[in-house]
Order: sequence, then structure tokens, then C-alpha cells
Amino acid sequence: MVFRLLGLATAAAILAGAGSAPAATLTIGTSAEPSSLDPHYHNLGPNTRARKHVFKSLVGFDAKMRLQPELAESWRAVDDTTWEFKLRRDVKFHDGSPFTAQDVVYTVCRIPNVANSPSSFTVYTKGIAAIEMPDPHTLVIKTAKPYPLLPAELATFGIISAKAAGGEQVTFDKAGCKADSWPTSQAFNDGTLMVGTGPFKHKEYVKGGRQVLERNPDYWGPKPAWDTVVFRPITSDGPRVAALLAGDVDMIETPPVQDMERLKGTPSVTLAQAQSARVIYLALGVQDTPPTITGTDGKNPLKDPRVREALSLAVDRDAIVKRVMQGVAEPANQFLPAGFFGNNPDVKVHTDAAKAKKLLEEAGYPKGFQLTLGTPNDRYINDDKVAQAVAQMFTRIGVQTKVDATTANVFFSKRNKQEYSVFLAGWQADSGEMSSPLKALVATPIKDKGYGTTNYTSWSDPEFDGMLETALATVDDAQREKLLQAAVKRAMDATIIVPLHYEVTVWAMKKGLSYEPRADQYTLAAKVVPAQP
Amino acid sequence: MIVFILRRLTQSAVVIAAMAVLVFTGIFAIGNPIDVLISPEADEVERAAAIARLGLDQPMHVQFARFVESAVGGDLGTSFVHGVPALGLVLQRFPATLELALAAMLLAVLLGIPLGLWAGLKPDSVAGRVIMTGSILGFSLPTFWVGMMLIMAFAVQLGWLPAGGRGQTASLFGVQWSFLTRDGLAHLILPAINLATFKLSLVIRLARAGTREVALQDYVKFARAKGLSPARVVGVHILKNIMIPVVTVLGLELGSVIAFSVVTESVFAWPGMGKLLIESILQLDRPVVVAYLLLTVLLFVVINLVVDLIYSMLDPRIRLGGGRA
Repeated sequence: MVFRLLGLATAAAILAGAGSAPAATLTIGTSAEPSSLDPHYHNLGPNTRARKHVFKSLVGFDAKMRLQPELAESWRAVDDTTWEFKLRRDVKFHDGSPFTAQDVVYTVCRIPNVANSPSSFTVYTKGIAAIEMPDPHTLVIKTAKPYPLLPAELATFGIISAKAAGGEQVTFDKAGCKADSWPTSQAFNDGTLMVGTGPFKHKEYVKGGRQVLERNPDYWGPKPAWDTVVFRPITSDGPRVAALLAGDVDMIETPPVQDMERLKGTPSVTLAQAQSARVIYLALGVQDTPPTITGTDGKNPLKDPRVREALSLAVDRDAIVKRVMQGVAEPANQFLPAGFFGNNPDVKVHTDAAKAKKLLEEAGYPKGFQLTLGTPNDRYINDDKVAQAVAQMFTRIGVQTKVDATTANVFFSKRNKQEYSVFLAGWQADSGEMSSPLKALVATPIKDKGYGTTNYTSWSDPEFDGMLETALATVDDAQREKLLQAAVKRAMDATIIVPLHYEVTVWAMKKGLSYEPRADQYTLAAKVVPAQP
Repeated sequence: MIVFILRRLTQSAVVIAAMAVLVFTGIFAIGNPIDVLISPEADEVERAAAIARLGLDQPMHVQFARFVESAVGGDLGTSFVHGVPALGLVLQRFPATLELALAAMLLAVLLGIPLGLWAGLKPDSVAGRVIMTGSILGFSLPTFWVGMMLIMAFAVQLGWLPAGGRGQTASLFGVQWSFLTRDGLAHLILPAINLATFKLSLVIRLARAGTREVALQDYVKFARAKGLSPARVVGVHILKNIMIPVVTVLGLELGSVIAFSVVTESVFAWPGMGKLLIESILQLDRPVVVAYLLLTVLLFVVINLVVDLIYSMLDPRIRLGGGRA
């Protein structure tokens, strides 16, 4: 019985293989699935990856996360608060209608009007105070204050068709645009509004099963090599690797670190890897009463800069990268790797356990204290193992450290309530430049300004805040970079954030394909090319 | 009979209500969904707006009251993550899981009962011993590991079968099924075997134990003495009498296979409900988790009812609902 069944299956598999083998189909196994195809529904990695195939944005990122023209062919700052964008004239939507400035206006108008959005893109549109359209291919965007991040923020969301959604008459209004109705997310999921300007057209979407795209023959940019692209979510690591080895898929995202050796030794597989813009760090809390430190009579030892420096000196980043991350990471000395806008080449970190012990003694903790380190165990690559290694390093200098590793949903809820004195987390700079981590992790939280949104350390340094504020109001790039570098120096000297390593993103694909690895971690089918023979 | 069914339905309603309270408070205690869902770059204003959009700004009892109010009308809420009705999301995944569960149960029954019978009739033969040893393995090997081994052997090394996914589907009664296409069937085989392994071992053991007990009964000896063919003795006199425990266990197991095939679905990237459940729990998507578990309770209630009805057909001595008393 078993044999008969297997025999039947074999025949079926062979037939299926023979029937569906056109050369130009690319199947990609992804590590996560978008929560919706609506490009403005959820500001989340997998959603943006799906969006980038169908809906282009005004400005784009190249593989190194430098800004490059996309639907806008050029832009310039007319004055401190006025930007002019020249739009491409040769762009058509998937339904054949031309792309114009009205589509951008409609998109910016629609973003605040997505029903049930769990995380909205309004973060990136609220800098816009007014939009003017001198002609259909020119946009003039005004901001309330000097706003150098505007081009980078316009790279975060895709442009939808005003015509397809019936929004040709909608005009921009800072207080809220007027329209009879706004498109629902459902209309994107079922394909009716999947009218974009990207290299691929929507074909089929089965939630949990697959997303099928087909080539857009009228695409204005370089033609992709694939007639059809299939994305299959395979969220478990082992099965995703197995699917690649079995030939079910041609390419996979983020193979697990422990399988790296095996994949390197497999002749039918090639790997591509790139340093990402995500730093894994420890945050040292300076609350008046430390939530997870004992043995100090209720005082918080982390308020003493010497203790913070000692903890940073105790961490051996090279050892973490080599042993825990198996080389698939880079030791970090600040918030973004060299080569990214705002990286300060003069900032260094050191490992020196002897000096760390001496600093603890000077600070009045010769016997150390007890600390619990919080970490997620399923959010970042090997996160809990890294935390264990850090705990051992802390313990070696006399700070007895336990690790509290929980699943991400529990961890983030606890962390956001400041229930950890020290926690491990990661920060991905979506804008690809330094103001993003500085603003979120180090700046003093200000309710409606987007400052300190992930500052769960109670740290507040008015001088640093001032430096950052000046940088964020400086439109000139060279000058802004200098100001950001100075702010990085100040933040690193305070040792509130202890950077550990930069994650390295890996793609594995079958031999014969090549992919330029991207710092923004997105898997873009249009950039996957058959290697030249 | 009608009294019996009515009483059962009342009991079920109480179970479902209790379940709703438990699940709702349980998942409420884990954490705040907004911490998982929202972009870390969002400021306080954004956060507050998102919290209000999802209805999370209300205290728990208000949220629960709202939930009950719409649940009575058949609306179990909108998924926080996917933004679509939770019940619809679960039901959309139901056919994939049902198909996998039925395929697994079919394998378990069609293989398990003959093998168990054989092992029971010839307990000391080599075949009998091999079957029993095999069933121990089936019990003790973890599903996740067996699944990975199946993939490594049949998909990676031999290349006979696909490693995961659902393959091509075809429509029947407006629902997409895999078993109707060759490609889909090929995709179904490995996960079905994986899911069936444990149940198969269970059925073998039940059938064997039953057979050994029944084979020694007087009526079996008498049937043999009367000169009935061995096929009739086994097929009618033994088989029918070992079916009661098998049906009981299969009924319960069918429920658990449908509701908790999470591991197999994850290993084989099978787009079923189990995978949806685990993802929803990780993202604290409360409406989906609640809808899923309520559906599961309903499923168990229905299956148990059916099992009770089948009893009375298999064994006329069993009366439903305490009979005349």
C-alpha cells in the first residue's frame, strides 16, 4: 500500500515537473508573509517587499541604501522648506494610463485614510505641509520647517493610481483630504486595485500559500529576466532550506546561521550576503529605581557613567560574531556601519575586562551587583544566544547576570513598560542614515515629534537633543552629516546604547542565479538575474 | 434522541461561553498587540491613533462586552494584523487543514486496522513483532523530526515528492482542494504521512489489543467450531467487536488532528489553520485566536455528538441519553 502510494506520487511529481518548467519562472521562499497587499496598510518589512514589486515610489534606494531616482527623475531643495520634484514622463500604470503628479497627491491623501491600519505610513507623510502641481510632471512640496529627510521619507511608500481608485479630483489638504470614499485594503488583496508602476503585475494571491506576479511588458526601467515570479512563505527555517535543496524554490531569504556551513558546501547552491542597516544593541536603563538590578540597596548603578563604560568594556564583540553568529555578522562600534550617511569613523569601542573591573571598583561596586538582561528569543538572528554570551561576559567582571529570554510579543510589551534595566534589541535604519537610530533610541521622548520613540532607558541629554535638532533642520547634506557625526560621538560617549553587531543578511539560491545583496534586506525579484554563462 | 441532542447543545453553549472568556482574558494577559504591530518609528500620536483604530483604548471589560455583542451577531471581530474578518480568515484556511487531516486519518485507518488485526491474530510471528516495534517508533519519534526526515529523504535526496506547499488546487463545491490534481496530490502525500504516523501507531495498538481480547471469546471459538471461513470470523465477528474503542479514539483524534496539526503544517509550509493560529498567537492577533479556538470547540462538540451516534449503530446495547430512565 505504502509503495503503491509512493509510486503514484512519483509519477505525479515527474509529470508535474515536466509540465511546468518554462525557464523564466522564479520561485522564492520567503521567511515572512505580508499581512496585506495594500501598500499603505502596514508599515512592515514583508509588506514593503511585496509593494516594491508592484508599486514604485518617487524616490528609491540602491543596494547600499543610497537614494536614487525612481518615479521622480530628479529633485532639489528650492529653499529650506520647499522641494521640487521632476517626474518621469515615460511611466505608465499597469492599466495603461499615464503616471502624473495627481497620483502622488492622491497617494499622500489616502495614506491617513486606511481603515484598521495597525501601523500607518503617516509617520512619513506628516512632514508635508502643502503640495503644488505647476504641471502634471512637476511637484512642489512644502514643509512647515526645514526637513532634509523628505526625499528619504518619500522612498518609503508606493504610489497608487488615482484613476483606478476614482481619485482624479482629490486635492491635498493638510487637515485631511476630501473624497467620497477611500479604497479598502480588500480591493488590493483581491487584485482590483493592484494597479501600479512596478516591474511586475499582480496575478494571483493565496494567503498563506503563494503570491504570483507576472512581468510588466511596459515597464520603464530595466526589464526583469522573469516572466513569472512566485513568492511562497515558508516561515520555518529548516523547511525553507529543504525546499531550496529539493528544488521546490529557486531562492530563499535568510537561511538559518546553523545551516550556513552545509549550504556553503553544497555545489548546487550559491550564497549572497550583505551587511545590513540593522544594529543589535544593549540598552542600559538609568531609571531612578532599577527594575531588574539587585544588590545595590535600590540604587541604580547604571546612573554612574563608569559602570556603563565597564559593561561596554566587558563585551567581546569579536567573540560574539565568531562563535555565536558563526561569522555571519560584523562587530559594531556605533549605530550604522561605515559607508552609511552619518557614520563617525573616529568612534571606537574596546574590550578590556581588567579596566572594566577597575571602573566598577572606582564606582563603588567592587563586588558587582545582580542584573537580569531581557531579550527576545525569536526576533533577531540568535538573539537569546547572543544575550547568554553577553551575560557570561558581564558575570566575568563581577556583574552576575541572568537572561530573561521570552517570545517577541511578551518581550516587547514588557520592554515598552520599562520592565528591564538592560535589554537586547535591534534597530533597522529604514531611511539608511544616522538620524533614524539617534532620534529613536537616544533622543529624549517628545510626544508628537517622533523623538525617543524607542528610548526605554529614561535617558535624557538636552545637549544631545539640541545637536540632533540642529542636524535635522540642516538641509545641506555635507553640513548635516558633520552634525550627525558629532551627535553620534556624544551618544557613544554617554554609553547608553552598547552596540554589539550589525546583522548580515544572507540569501541562498540555486547555482546559475545571482543577486546583488541589499543593505535594506529586501528580496527583489527584478534584481535576481541568471548568471552570465 | 431529540432530548439527548438538545441537552448536548446546551452543554456545548456553556463550554463555548467559558472558552470565550478564558481565551479572551488569556491572550489579553500576554501583552499589548500594538507593541508588536506598530513601526518602532511611530510617535505617541501615531500610536494612540493606531490603538484607537483597533479598539484597544478601551478597558478590557468594555472590549469583551463589544466582542460578545458582535459575536452574538456572528461577527467575531476583525483581525488586527490582516484587517479582514477573523472568522472568514480562519474558514478560508479550513479546507486545507480538513483535507490534510482526512488524508492522514484515512491512512491511519486503512493501514492501522489491518496491521493491528494481523499483529493481534499472530502476536508471536515475525511480522507481528515488526509491526509492534514499528508502532513504538511511530509513538516516540517527534513529529517535527519525522517531517524533516521525510523531506530530506523523499524531496531532497530522492527528489520524488515536493518539499512543501499545497501545489495546484482545483475547485469543488466552490472550495479549492489539492487532492483533485496530480500536483496537489503529490504535495499532500508527505504531510499526510507525517501527520498519520502517530495516529497509525495508536490505531495499530488499539486494534491489536482488541483483537487479542476478542479472539479468545467464546463466540469466536464457536464461530470457528461451526466451520465458518477464517475470513468471515475475522471480518465480521472480530472486526466489528474491536471497532468501538477504535471509533471512540478516532473521533477524538480527528478533532485534535484538525485543530492541532500545527507542527506538520509548519514543517511542510501547508497553508492551513494551524499555521495561521501559531502566527496569530505570535502577533497577538486576538480576534483570530479567539475565532479559531471557538471554531475548534464547536468542532469537538460536533465530532463527539457524531461519535455517540455511531456507537449506537455499532452496538445496539448502547442507548443514547440514559434511555428509558
